[in-house]
Amino acid sequence: MSQSRKILARHVGRELLEPGELVEAPVDLVLANDITAPLAIEVFEKLGRENVFDRDKVVLVLDHFTPNRDIASAEQCAFIRRFAHKYGVNHFYDAGEVGIEHVLLPEEGLIKPGNLVVGADSHTCTYGALGAFATGMGSTDIGAAMATGKAWFRAPEAINVNVSGKPRRWVGGKDLILFLIGKLGVDGATYRSLEFSGDGISRISVDGRLSAANMAVEAGAKNGLFPVDGLTVEYLREAGVTAEPALSEPDDYGYALKVDIDLDGIEPQVALPHLPSNSVGVSESPNVKLDQVVIGSCTNGRMEDMRLAAEIMRGKHVAPGLRLIIIPGSPRIYRRSMDEGLFEVFLDTGAIISPPTCGPCLGGHMGILASGEKALSTTNRNFAGRMGHRHSEVYLSGPAVAAASAITGTITDPGEIV
Amino acid sequence: MSGAVMEGKAHKLGDHVNTDMIISATYLVTIDPVELGSHLLESHDPEFVAKMSPGDVLVGGVNFGSGSSREHAPVAIKGAGISCVIASSFARIFYRNAINVGLPILESAEASEAIADGDDIKVDLAVGTIEDMTNGKKVSFPAYPEFMQRLIDEGGLINYLLKQDA
Repeated sequence: MSQSRKILARHVGRELLEPGELVEAPVDLVLANDITAPLAIEVFEKLGRENVFDRDKVVLVLDHFTPNRDIASAEQCAFIRRFAHKYGVNHFYDAGEVGIEHVLLPEEGLIKPGNLVVGADSHTCTYGALGAFATGMGSTDIGAAMATGKAWFRAPEAINVNVSGKPRRWVGGKDLILFLIGKLGVDGATYRSLEFSGDGISRISVDGRLSAANMAVEAGAKNGLFPVDGLTVEYLREAGVTAEPALSEPDDYGYALKVDIDLDGIEPQVALPHLPSNSVGVSESPNVKLDQVVIGSCTNGRMEDMRLAAEIMRGKHVAPGLRLIIIPGSPRIYRRSMDEGLFEVFLDTGAIISPPTCGPCLGGHMGILASGEKALSTTNRNFAGRMGHRHSEVYLSGPAVAAASAITGTITDPGEIV
Repeated sequence: MSGAVMEGKAHKLGDHVNTDMIISATYLVTIDPVELGSHLLESHDPEFVAKMSPGDVLVGGVNFGSGSSREHAPVAIKGAGISCVIASSFARIFYRNAINVGLPILESAEASEAIADGDDIKVDLAVGTIEDMTNGKKVSFPAYPEFMQRLIDEGGLINYLLKQDA
């Protein structure tokens, strides 16, 4: 049985779950943000409950349009703030405690292996990197879950992604997932779990696995899932969570498809407009002039991403006229980047350092594109108009290609400038 | 029973219609269906809302509603007055959200291929037929299970649950 169905089965007290079975399961954590919480709260209030199901298991993060973009977003945040205080929601992240939700929650120790997590954000699947079954839902489901602590699930079929080999320099979790989405297509895993296994996994950092699991939804998947190994246990220990490695290999039962990926064969990836599945090796990427580079987001706003970017940019300057926006994903990463001297590198390079926010990724604020402009971004979606004007273009990559490209002003293999 | 038979013009869209295209994130600062609906498909065609009429039908290819989990997407479609969405396939979260807010969505590759932009469409949810009045093609689809039809008739999951409580 797939690892995802095992987690689901444990939550409903069953030994076995067949793909397609519908179950109502108790959840371990319910998440919403400043754009999805208002609808969820409206639903919650219609249900007329006195309390949220558990004050420690509801998480609200004001990360999308904050610091408040305009009056309308300020009103939404104020509405959520009142709700959080009224119901005593303990994990309410506001003001200087805000980080990008999927960067923040793992760091805060809120995600544990084997957990069942639902969030009103499609990238909730990020937490699969830590061995949790985590999936995105809409505000109605999340509002109901805030009230009842339950959600209904269709037990998913699974795709096993067997990863072997050793990544070459500048290749990480983002390149693995862009390459995989290129193989599967943007609907290749619809309704299914993407479960990673194989000895190649041990050579992908936990930060890299969080990037990879984050984009499982870009192949249409319900969730992504990584095994819990020594690296995961160490990551969790730093977050104050005690866990044991759980390295069960997938059996043959219940996997609809098996995909083999040899890391040795992958070069740094770039996804061309306007689908994440348009991935090519950086050497095949077209020579486009970039107006903006964004390094950050719930995909690549972590410590490893900041360090990689600084390593490549040290002693260099951004291309004339190019806007480089760097977004450390949480207050902890912000401080650590500062303490490690990375901010000095970024500022010397000519970068703009942003507070933690989803901002430009979804065309919210803090880095919107004009008509005809082109951006290379470490974010997760390159749909037409995603980052601004409908006639702007977004290319996706990992932090190494993004940093190198910010220096040259065109999409560049980091190996060429380091 | 509300809206069991629906008639309107088809607005044909392609494959992989994503939720950013349905409603740009910049408008996610309201939960008002009519206001959201006034920006429906704006990044696809800024004139879209001006060109459509209440009751019209959206017709997509594969993977309709992919991307973000924003429930504002089916809310905006409903808010603009679109009566239903026909597509070859739907993305997972969108499917769930559409049912939860009471927007009828019909999965039919046959209908999606048969319908051309601007055709007159008649959908009978209770019987389970999609009829293209312009070219005369009629496609059957399995009718919703009774509970799901009631859920759609009640206007979504919450009203349905509240009605059960009462």
